[in-house]
Amino acid sequence: MGTTSAVGDIASGRVTPEQAAENLGDLHPLYTEHQARAEADRCLYCYDAPCMDACPTSIDVPLFIRQIATQNTKGAATTILEQNIMGGMCARVCPTETLCEQVCVRNTSEGQPVKIGRLQRFATDHLFASGETVFARAEETGKSIAVVGGGPAGLSCAHSLARQGHQVTVYEARPKPGGLNEFGIAAYKTVDDFAQREVDFIVGLGGIEIKCEQRLGENISLDDLRQAHDAVFLAIGMGGVNALGMAAEDSAGVLDAVAYIAQLRQAKDPSRLPVGRRVVVIGGGMTAVDIAVQSKLLGADDVTIAYRRGQEQMNASGYEQELAQTHGVKIKLWAAPVTIHSEGGKVASVEFARSHLDKTGKLVLSDDHFQIEADVVFKAIGQTVETAAVSELKLQGGRISVDARRQTSLADVWAGGDCIAGGEDLTVAAVEDGKIAARAIHAYLTEGA
Amino acid sequence: MADLRAEFLGIRSPNPFWLASAPPTDREVNVTRAFKAGWGGVVWKTLGLDPHVVNINGPRYGGIHSKDRTVAGFNNIELISDRPLQTNLDEIKAVKQAWPDRAVVVSLMVPCDEASWKGILAQVEATGADGVELNFGCPHGMSERGMGSAVGQVPEYIEMVTKWCKKHTRMPVIVKLTPNITDIRLPARAAYAGGADAVSLINTLNSITSVDLDAMAPEPTTDGKGSHGGYCGPAVKPIALNMVAEIARDAETRGRPISGIGGITEWKDAAEFMALGAANVQVCTAAMIYGFRIVEELIDGLNNWMDSKGYERIDQFVGAAVPNISEWQHLNLNYVVKAHIDQELCISCGRCHIACEDTSHQAITQTVNGVRRFQVKDEDCVGCNLCAVTCPVENCITMVQMTEGVDPRSGQPINPDYGNWTTHPNNPQATGVG
Ligand SMILES: Cc1cc2nc3c(=O)[nH]c(=O)nc-3n(C[C@H](O)[C@H](O)[C@H](O)COP(=O)(O)OP(=O)(O)OC[C@H]3O[C@@H](n4cnc5c(N)ncnc54)[C@H](O)[C@@H]3O)c2cc1C
Ligand SMILES: Cc1cc2nc3c(=O)[nH]c(=O)nc-3n(C[C@H](O)[C@H](O)[C@H](O)COP(=O)(O)O)c2cc1C
Ligand code: SF4
Repeated sequence: MGTTSAVGDIASGRVTPEQAAENLGDLHPLYTEHQARAEADRCLYCYDAPCMDACPTSIDVPLFIRQIATQNTKGAATTILEQNIMGGMCARVCPTETLCEQVCVRNTSEGQPVKIGRLQRFATDHLFASGETVFARAEETGKSIAVVGGGPAGLSCAHSLARQGHQVTVYEARPKPGGLNEFGIAAYKTVDDFAQREVDFIVGLGGIEIKCEQRLGENISLDDLRQAHDAVFLAIGMGGVNALGMAAEDSAGVLDAVAYIAQLRQAKDPSRLPVGRRVVVIGGGMTAVDIAVQSKLLGADDVTIAYRRGQEQMNASGYEQELAQTHGVKIKLWAAPVTIHSEGGKVASVEFARSHLDKTGKLVLSDDHFQIEADVVFKAIGQTVETAAVSELKLQGGRISVDARRQTSLADVWAGGDCIAGGEDLTVAAVEDGKIAARAIHAYLTEGA
Repeated sequence: MADLRAEFLGIRSPNPFWLASAPPTDREVNVTRAFKAGWGGVVWKTLGLDPHVVNINGPRYGGIHSKDRTVAGFNNIELISDRPLQTNLDEIKAVKQAWPDRAVVVSLMVPCDEASWKGILAQVEATGADGVELNFGCPHGMSERGMGSAVGQVPEYIEMVTKWCKKHTRMPVIVKLTPNITDIRLPARAAYAGGADAVSLINTLNSITSVDLDAMAPEPTTDGKGSHGGYCGPAVKPIALNMVAEIARDAETRGRPISGIGGITEWKDAAEFMALGAANVQVCTAAMIYGFRIVEELIDGLNNWMDSKGYERIDQFVGAAVPNISEWQHLNLNYVVKAHIDQELCISCGRCHIACEDTSHQAITQTVNGVRRFQVKDEDCVGCNLCAVTCPVENCITMVQMTEGVDPRSGQPINPDYGNWTTHPNNPQATGVG
């Protein structure tokens, strides 16, 4: 663009291609053998270990760590993948500081948990590098299941069912499977095309066919799928994004964070992406942190996350907040966006009201306003489920309503992951949903339950 | 500051820390560096007769490691000095002259005939060395040639050789014992009977540290084969302590000078050997793993501990624990302890629970009122100490003595009197009524 005007300073090439590659490189590199064994040695092999309970997929953490310590890395990977087929991705993206590592007893003894996530990555990466397989399919059952959505929930369910001998077809809207693993997770958390390698590992089991560019509600319908298959699992995630509902929201430079990250994740050379000099991110979750940090890494000068509540209410964990801050991102709390100001169709600044919670915990905006200038404003205020495609199902709070076994209001339709009510918006939770649903579907198909 | 000066068999050294006969004391450069670092004395690497032995050119050492590579045990298949005798003698003389305040004792191993011993003793005496140590302990290589532990395992030979040595030298004679024997008291008695001024122990234990599962050969491996070696380092310390204690309290050898060796790494290890009757200590593995500088910590740590206890000289605590070594049968059966878990320190790992539950007396809860909590059930606890051993937090689990009331496990009132097995009603050989 090359503009020198005060507003709309958006340009590509703020960093060189080499810098971009380096900046977006592995946040926590793979442990060496020695690091892994030294860290594994810290595990106390707790009885009825709290970390196992804290893991949504109930990985037997003490066992896999002991297997690493005893140089049985393949056994360790098997222990992990048995419970969580995306143990490799989860090792990279799980907010372990609020899951397994939060409850590690080493926190109590010395304030430092065993680095469970990094050990998990060590085990699974080694298995992937060896090219060995650890799972085999049961005899063909002749049953077929449609899985809609090729993200963590869909692929986890597909793998479980295929292992049981069922035939699974995954209908995926995008040209590539992987869901947010491929299009959403911050680049520095999953380098070297790991998402696709993991998909290949899962599909390598056999019995899973992925059909891309098949969008439920467009070129396929739930009715068709129910007729063609014995059961359906919906794992469509959240395709829609929340809007701020402000005039000038469509000004140039006001962007949807998730869409931008998808572009970034697919870019051959991320340094070519347009990056604002001054970036304001509106939101307080993982997406807000991710877009803020990645903007910084691509050369943005000044990046501010503005969140309308306080630190405790932020969905981004303490660790994520720290990650933002160590990358030079400012976090502005108690700042509720009220107006987007633009000049000549380009965003110029965001006006915020200072906010607080009243006694009942309700958010109150004051009359005290301030502005932050911006060339780019990212909206990271949450996503929504595109429910039009599943209108025949009972919904709850805009998401698909399911029971404990992930069954929807239709007896032959299950759902899991981000698209269900009560979803935790975590990769690991989506994997667990897929697992639970697969168990229920298997029972339904074999026992007619 | 306590006075660490030691006098062992009339040999003076500024502190009780000597380097044991081994690679650290193999040559003048090493010993000079050791003395510069502060070591009180050395026992020179064992000398033999010319032509000198040769070592293998494959690996000589092996180790047992924790996962973070701390060395817990060390193994070697090295022989005695592989340099010409005269070279060693010349260097010993030079070192002793340069360091008159340090102890220089020379370890010897020659064939089992009087002339060989007589000859080498004269040569050593000429160097001005302070004493000799007879190596009856080396368990590999030399023993196959009828020396080392081949002598040390036969008390009669020990006595015979010791007598020759006492006859042919004015120097103090220390006999170094092999632990590869069933009852350590027998070789010790033989040594003293032969006139030894002291015994030193232990030398290394026969060992195979590990097996290479690809090559299917013991490690360290030379050309596809491995032979047994000698084991030392922290792992052997408990064995060495017991052997020292056996000699320290044996009616025949009680009170005789002992030099303690085996796994000494920290000042505390040294203090423990000394408390069990060793008047000085020797170190090998710790120096080989960490270098000579560890002596600074040994000196400083022992010093501070002595100050804290009010000991001014080392002879004030040497042997202090010996009277408290008891036969099992004399332990007080009326002394009752119960495990106590400090809930403030507990990190809730649950290891005490599962250890007790699976393998002991099911005396630790897993939950209390549905909440994860590890608490001792006095009615089941036998006070065995297993939970305290497995607990990863220091001092979290302690054994607390019951001094009054009724032991809820046995239902018996606590008996304040001493009572042991020899008088216990269950003992068919009981000598009296308890
Ligand atoms: C920017 C960002 C960063 C995140 N970072 C983390 C993180 O670090 N750690 C973490 O644990 N979680 C993170 N999350 C959350 C995590 O990615 C999701 O919880 C998880 O991916 C949900 O899995 P899913 O399978 O339910 O949905 P998705 O991953 O969204 O997959 C849904 C799939 O369905 C497809 N689909 C959608 N609609 C249709 C349709 N109509 N027909 C056919 N296919 C359809 C989509 O193309 C997609 O492939 C992040 C999310 C975002 C947005
Ligand atoms: C590599 C090596 C070589 C040794 N060589 C001798 C020796 O020549 N003469 C001897 O009396 N003891 C020898 N020893 C035994 C040590 O002197 C010592 O008794 C034993 O290692 C136990 O002490 P530590 O646990 O401190 O190592 C050797 C030990 C090692 C490790
Ligand atoms: S990771 Fe922590 S909680 Fe889990 S077993 Fe190891 S020490 Fe115990």
